Amino acid sequence: MDITIPILILAIPLFMFLLLGLAGVKMSHKLAGALGTLGMGTVLLLSYYTAFTYFFSGNPEFVDGTDRLQAVLFNHTWLQFTPALAIKIGFLLDPISAMMLVVIPTISFMVHVYSLGYMHGEKGFQRYYAFLSLFSFSMLGLVVATNIFQMYIFWELVGASSFLLIGFFYTLPSAVSACKKAFIVTRFADLGFLIGILVLSYFTRQLDFLPMTQNPSAVLSSFEGASFLGASALTWALVLIFVGGMGKSAMLPLHIWLPDAMEGPTPVSALIHAATMVVAGVYLVARLFPLYMLEDAALMFITVVGAATAFYAAMVACAQIDIKRILAFSTISQIAFMMVSLGVASKNNVAIHEGLGYMASMFHLFTHAMFKALLFLGAGALIHAVHSNNYTAMGGLRKYMPVTHITFLIGCLAIAGIWPFAGFFSKDEILAACFANGTFWGLWMMMVAAMTAFYMFRMYFLIFWWDNPDYEKEHHGHRPHDPGLAMSLPLIFLAVVSTVAGFIPFGELVTFDGHEYHIHIDWTIAGLSMGVAALSIAFAAWLYMKKNDKPQRMADSVRWLWTAAHRRFYWDEIYLFVTRRIIFDGICKPIAWFDRHIIDGTMDGLAFVTNKASLAIKGFQSGKVQMYIWWYLIGAVVLGLITAVCVL
Amino acid sequence: MDITLIWYLVPSLVMFCCGVYGFLTRRNMIAMLISLELMLNAVDINFVVFNRFLFPSSMEGWMFTLFGIAIAAAETALAIAIIINLFRVSKNIDVRDTTKMKN
Repeated sequence: MDITIPILILAIPLFMFLLLGLAGVKMSHKLAGALGTLGMGTVLLLSYYTAFTYFFSGNPEFVDGTDRLQAVLFNHTWLQFTPALAIKIGFLLDPISAMMLVVIPTISFMVHVYSLGYMHGEKGFQRYYAFLSLFSFSMLGLVVATNIFQMYIFWELVGASSFLLIGFFYTLPSAVSACKKAFIVTRFADLGFLIGILVLSYFTRQLDFLPMTQNPSAVLSSFEGASFLGASALTWALVLIFVGGMGKSAMLPLHIWLPDAMEGPTPVSALIHAATMVVAGVYLVARLFPLYMLEDAALMFITVVGAATAFYAAMVACAQIDIKRILAFSTISQIAFMMVSLGVASKNNVAIHEGLGYMASMFHLFTHAMFKALLFLGAGALIHAVHSNNYTAMGGLRKYMPVTHITFLIGCLAIAGIWPFAGFFSKDEILAACFANGTFWGLWMMMVAAMTAFYMFRMYFLIFWWDNPDYEKEHHGHRPHDPGLAMSLPLIFLAVVSTVAGFIPFGELVTFDGHEYHIHIDWTIAGLSMGVAALSIAFAAWLYMKKNDKPQRMADSVRWLWTAAHRRFYWDEIYLFVTRRIIFDGICKPIAWFDRHIIDGTMDGLAFVTNKASLAIKGFQSGKVQMYIWWYLIGAVVLGLITAVCVL
Repeated sequence: MDITLIWYLVPSLVMFCCGVYGFLTRRNMIAMLISLELMLNAVDINFVVFNRFLFPSSMEGWMFTLFGIAIAAAETALAIAIIINLFRVSKNIDVRDTTKMKN
């Protein structure tokens, strides 16, 4: 394949970032928005073309019979440190990167279009589009990385653009602290990622993905049974790399930044904190999956972290008031689904085709990106109409905002896993993979799936049904209404995709080893999961359809649990305790005291002594020549005497 | 009675001490300048005498004396110029009143 198109896919967003970033202030809002959207539209077409060529052209570069190959389109040596150590920038096309080439530009383009309406008239509109372009560039560079170091570079770049976009409303103190929190927490996790990269490349002597993933046994033998603290060095490397993914993908206990990241503009939440950047951790594990398969311990770790996170986030989502926070916790929970799905795809289990969990995870990544972006954009439309993030300010909106209502309902049905919406198919595959690994994981994840359906429909009913507040009185005769075309079209498009995406023959397109995998829907599991989802929806409807005091009474009966869930099980307080009481008070303050009093004290003391001494002898400079001569004479005599004494 | 080195050194020392004493006690700058000349001449005598008695074959002492006299002349001219200018400014050449060097 010609390399012009891959280069353009990366170059256009970068160019747009530079153009809008440098010349944006000189442009009108309209021009900047149009340029950014057009740039992204071009990238969208080029990426679709690339992905289409990869999947369907039958080019022998990409497909051998029915097996899909991994193709490096270009791999340019960027920094050559030593003959063995070089950092390359390249473009890798394989099933998952081709899939991401569909997901990222689609969501990004929808967000670009949506933002034309949502961000209309905002100060810094051009800056916003510049940052969106930067993010798209970084994310595309991340997914097509040919080596782990390129991935790390773009990994940090998406972190930086996420930081910039969360803090977009930089005059709000909450946005500023949220962006700092996101950056610091993910940077902290990236430290683990970096150490993992160093350990892995130290043993394998290379950074490129393909030599590692295509020949995992060579990687295993290069480690030669090296171990550290009771676990093999390879397990350590893989777990540390996964820690980087935990930070980006908001897994317990590094999830605390994601709910606060909702301080950013809502389309940004849809793009970065729901559809693309937060799944980078899943993508990372999937990219290195052949290595993870070598180490059951690492996979087990992923499963446990994912399962705990999924349950935790679902619990918290049931007790939030801010609709963006509910969606944020729902995102955490759904990403945890993907993680668990990768974790249970262990090779040692003979009952399961190891490709199932992997395929299910990628499938869910794809469908989740679509319906979660839809839900976030819908939430944006609601916030735009009601001017509040809390569902307490909403209710009965189905009459005022029919388009938003229908698309939001489709998103909720998709995430709840109701046939024929997209989430049903991917979630069913995940549950099948969990059951194949062990009944415990299967039941656990099915319980979380039921909770997902409950909290999504709790939110849905509270927004669109419940009571009917008097909007005209509250908003000075201004009724909530559906947003304009720029915001409605992305909603409708994503709703259509969320409805039909489940019928994509995903198993034939994206698999772990390139072999086709035929999806058989196991109707026992599928029926069971849909049954519990329907029950949960019915339960939510019973509680929240009409205004009543049942929810209040339920919450009162387990007040401590409700409060704990509402306060997110005190994770932020725990972090504050650890950072403030232990790290700041216990470590930093003594060190600061030492610095201020001992180090600075020594220097200050020297200066003080010098100062006092010079004050004391200042009087010698009297300006009286004869006094000087006296001192000179006395000094000469004293020196002479000393010399005499020494010599004699 | 032989005239030895010491016959020259004692007057030279007396001259030098007179110079030092005068330089430290005199308040008039001209008088201080005269004292300075006394010290210089005492040193010149020492140069010549040491050369004459200790190293009669060489000429460095003579040469230094000549240099010393020349430099003393130049230095006197300079000092006189400074003193005259000082006098023009303050109508006074008492060294106790010229404490401008402090600044």
